[in-house]
Amino acid sequence: MVRILGRNIYSTLTLSSFTFILLMWFALSYSGAVKELFLPSPGSVLQALGEMHEEGILVDYTLDSTYRVVVGWIMAVIVSIPLGMLVATSKKAEAILTPVIEFARYLPVVAMVPLTLLYFGIGDLQKFAVIFLGTFFQLVLMVSDVVAGVQRDLLRAAATLGASRWQIYRLVLMPASLPGIMDSLRITIGWAWTYLVVAELVAANSGLGHMILKSQRFLATDRMFAGLIIIGLLGLATDLFFKWLTRVVVPWNEKAGGKA
Amino acid sequence: MNKLVLNGVGKTFGTGGKAVEALSDINLCIAENELAVIVGPSGCGKSTLLNIVAGLEQADSGVITMNNRNIEGPGADRGVVFQSYTLFPWLTVQQNVEFGLKIKGINAKERQEIARHYINLVGLGGFEGALPKALSGGMKQRVAIARALANKPEMLLMDEPFGALDAQTRLIMQELLLSVWEKERTTILFITHDIDEAVLLADNVYVMSRRPGRIRCRIQVPIPRPRDHRSTVSPEFSAVKKEIMEMLWEESRTAANER
Repeated sequence: MVRILGRNIYSTLTLSSFTFILLMWFALSYSGAVKELFLPSPGSVLQALGEMHEEGILVDYTLDSTYRVVVGWIMAVIVSIPLGMLVATSKKAEAILTPVIEFARYLPVVAMVPLTLLYFGIGDLQKFAVIFLGTFFQLVLMVSDVVAGVQRDLLRAAATLGASRWQIYRLVLMPASLPGIMDSLRITIGWAWTYLVVAELVAANSGLGHMILKSQRFLATDRMFAGLIIIGLLGLATDLFFKWLTRVVVPWNEKAGGKA
Repeated sequence: MNKLVLNGVGKTFGTGGKAVEALSDINLCIAENELAVIVGPSGCGKSTLLNIVAGLEQADSGVITMNNRNIEGPGADRGVVFQSYTLFPWLTVQQNVEFGLKIKGINAKERQEIARHYINLVGLGGFEGALPKALSGGMKQRVAIARALANKPEMLLMDEPFGALDAQTRLIMQELLLSVWEKERTTILFITHDIDEAVLLADNVYVMSRRPGRIRCRIQVPIPRPRDHRSTVSPEFSAVKKEIMEMLWEESRTAANER
């Protein structure tokens, strides 16, 4: 059904869902239906944002958190893409790696946070480790699924056109996997944000998660909301960025530019 | 002169109790410049046979030679057009057709000329820069034919290439293939379950039995060339079609009774 919606109707609907949430917020907070302690008014959240900006922590903490997410996630991406391709294309690699990865990916990262603190302290390195552990194993499996799902006849066609094994790998398997890999990247960077905030909530000297936890101690609900809104907006921006990047990187994809 | 010879070719999938014999003692001689069509009931192993000739699958027994040389693995000397769409979606029509030439190491200018020639031959002049996602099913298969031919293969192997197309487009593609073949005279091994298609295209129709597939007989098609859609209403056409139909009907009925 989505496909037959015009572009204008689509954006209007998107906008109206946000407007609805905002209106509900206004109504519930300003009417006094929910106490300010539990649901701060939009005005006081804005004010909190202003104060945090004056204190210099708004931009700093946002950048700190973003930096941790991006570095930790990129480390996972760099290692997992080649491994995922290897697992998908070599039975031996599959036999060696898949059981270990299947085991590791069911270990909740949250349960490993104490260990990472012991190993890496409370600095950036520990945040990288948490994000890496949270996304790496999943990424290997996602990438290997994508690569294994490449239409077999494409590879066969390349072979009958005279391509060697390595040429098939480089000229067909890699480009054919790109759209699926882009999807996996978009999904896992979202998880990376979740794991980062968890790590920052447990132990950190800066970052949005740290800020939210500190605000709880002072019952500064307005700041907690401000933090959540920033995280949400960053997530939204990341998602839009990846959708744009996908259109740039794989403009040939049948799905590219899909329903929106 | 014999181009392709299959001698006692057999193929079994699986082992032990689950083993399924797909092909049994296939003997086949296809002459240079012949347009050979294999028809058979579904599941008779005709695609397996083509894959073996293409080198994509290995026979368990027997000998397969092209130009008196054994076939080992896939190669650019046997171009394949698959039933599924196999254009590389990230390459334009032109780049798709150039794919095999690039691998052969032919220089850019020559590559471009060869690709242009075959794109025009399949009637897609003007679409060089288009991406596959912008093409219809019939157009994609035209590019696939051009891509296979651009490699100047010794043989063109076609595995139900028009099977996914609608009836109108299929007829147009059959005529296109006939006209391309009149000009290029590449030896073609074509697989289909569509009897009309077989009779319209073939010099010789090879009828396969139900599984395990064997070549039941060879039927020469005496319809004069050049052929086009009008050939399908000639009396010769009906006679050959009837002969094949009766043979296949018998095969399907026996297969159904055995189940």
